[in-house]
Amino acid sequence: MMIDIRDLSIVFGTGRLRVEAVKNFSLEVEEGEAFGLVGESGSGKSTVLRAICGLAPVARGSIAIAGAPVKTPRDQKFYATVQMVFQDPYGSLHPRQTVDRILSEPLSIHGLRDQDRRIVAALEEVGLGPGYRFRYPHQLSGGQRQRVAIARALILNPKVVLLDEPTSALDASVQAEILNLLERLRAERGLTYVLVSHDLAVVTHLCRRLLVMRNGEMIELTDAETLRRGEPQSPYTRELIQATRGFRRGTAPAST
Amino acid sequence: MTGAPLLEVEDLRVRFHLRTGTVEAVRGVSFSLGRERLGIVGESGSGKSQTARALLGLTPPPGEVTARRLTFDGIDLLKASRRTLRSLRGGRMAMVMQDPKYSLNPVMTIGKQMVETYLAHARAGKREAREKALAMLEAVRLRDPERVFSLYPHEVSGGMGQRVMIAMMLITDPDFLIADEPTSALDVTVQQEVLRILDGLVAERGMGLIFISHDLRLVSSFCDRVLVMYGGKVMEELASGDLSSAQHPYTRGLMNCLPSISGSSHPLPTLERDPEWAK
Repeated sequence: MMIDIRDLSIVFGTGRLRVEAVKNFSLEVEEGEAFGLVGESGSGKSTVLRAICGLAPVARGSIAIAGAPVKTPRDQKFYATVQMVFQDPYGSLHPRQTVDRILSEPLSIHGLRDQDRRIVAALEEVGLGPGYRFRYPHQLSGGQRQRVAIARALILNPKVVLLDEPTSALDASVQAEILNLLERLRAERGLTYVLVSHDLAVVTHLCRRLLVMRNGEMIELTDAETLRRGEPQSPYTRELIQATRGFRRGTAPAST
Repeated sequence: MTGAPLLEVEDLRVRFHLRTGTVEAVRGVSFSLGRERLGIVGESGSGKSQTARALLGLTPPPGEVTARRLTFDGIDLLKASRRTLRSLRGGRMAMVMQDPKYSLNPVMTIGKQMVETYLAHARAGKREAREKALAMLEAVRLRDPERVFSLYPHEVSGGMGQRVMIAMMLITDPDFLIADEPTSALDVTVQQEVLRILDGLVAERGMGLIFISHDLRLVSSFCDRVLVMYGGKVMEELASGDLSSAQHPYTRGLMNCLPSISGSSHPLPTLERDPEWAK
């Protein structure tokens, strides 16, 4: 078992402002699997990812990576195993650092030598030539930035990559390129993915198993094949499937 | 759909003269709009939003707008005085923007903003404006309009905020509405509901609507006609629900690169851009 989460609860605030963002959440992801978390904003899907990385206050429950419970705060070994790619490639790269500097930072932190070769190789892997190495983020397009963010996550050779809406800020054609890149990298390196997205089509494209969440609760654990056949259990999942097909006139009037 | 079209656009061009040279964001777009729903689809940088802005005279300086013809209900928008434009905008022509968080005034209650809009365009008293605002909030199916009326924009959710925007834009009974990515900032299920409200109001009032989005599936399921834009030009015009018969390689490429629940190829086909298209 690569990721094992048991009875996780995440609580923000206290007293009147107390919000239980994730309730009794359990998840098992095998090594080499791509697992999807689907839901709307406020469903707690991103909070689960952040909790794995130690970025959210865990009230109860346990998280184990590769059989070992994670330490709080997370140690260096954890980040050598688990890396994250964020949604917004405009916000997740330092605007005053070159691509070279962005990629060399994790190497320096982890005391890895041979930086020069690793940086060139990492760029090559995500389909960027060495010509991009000394550019600043503002000199790159959205898709190129997301490639740099992926290169930064992969440069430490992690086993698990957490993907938080990696393509939702991108154009459709660029989204296809990034999805293909992620799929190829997983196949080549045997990576384990947890992909968070509001787009069922993106999740079913990349992941075999997936979990639908709403208001911090687990609604349905299902797989892409079931959704393909149009046989989800919960009405909420059906609603999500419907929404990916575009607008339909004359459907039931919704309430506020 | 009788008589002259509501809006006629011929050879619309938007240029930005920059230090580094001239950028032509919109390059010869022509179309006409009756009381119907027209969709404009394109990726970022395709010029779809600049087209919409130019129609309303909202091209940011130093942008330069030229056209052989740009008329709204017989009024030449390029020659119209600022005063005429001001009375048209927000009155007979309105625009719903992408993100309610940035397009509503954060320090004014929702009710006050709506009343202000109405009073700027209609000769009416405060009480009438208030009643009209409440009626509009009800028309966009907000529960408890009185409460929403007295709230500030940060106190409502994204979906509610977008409905407030629609209510505010429709309060002056415009003939023509531009919706620029009106649901892109919303959750998928909320998106459906906002679209349903917009659809109902447009049909009920017989407005002309230009619906701008990057989402080809959404636009083609919502609109009567769709213009596909790339590099500031219209690549192709499609009838609604007729995506499968798209001819242009760009449209077909855009469609094919979308993953689908009912199974998509691995890897996804990517879009090969032909420099010829932009010529």
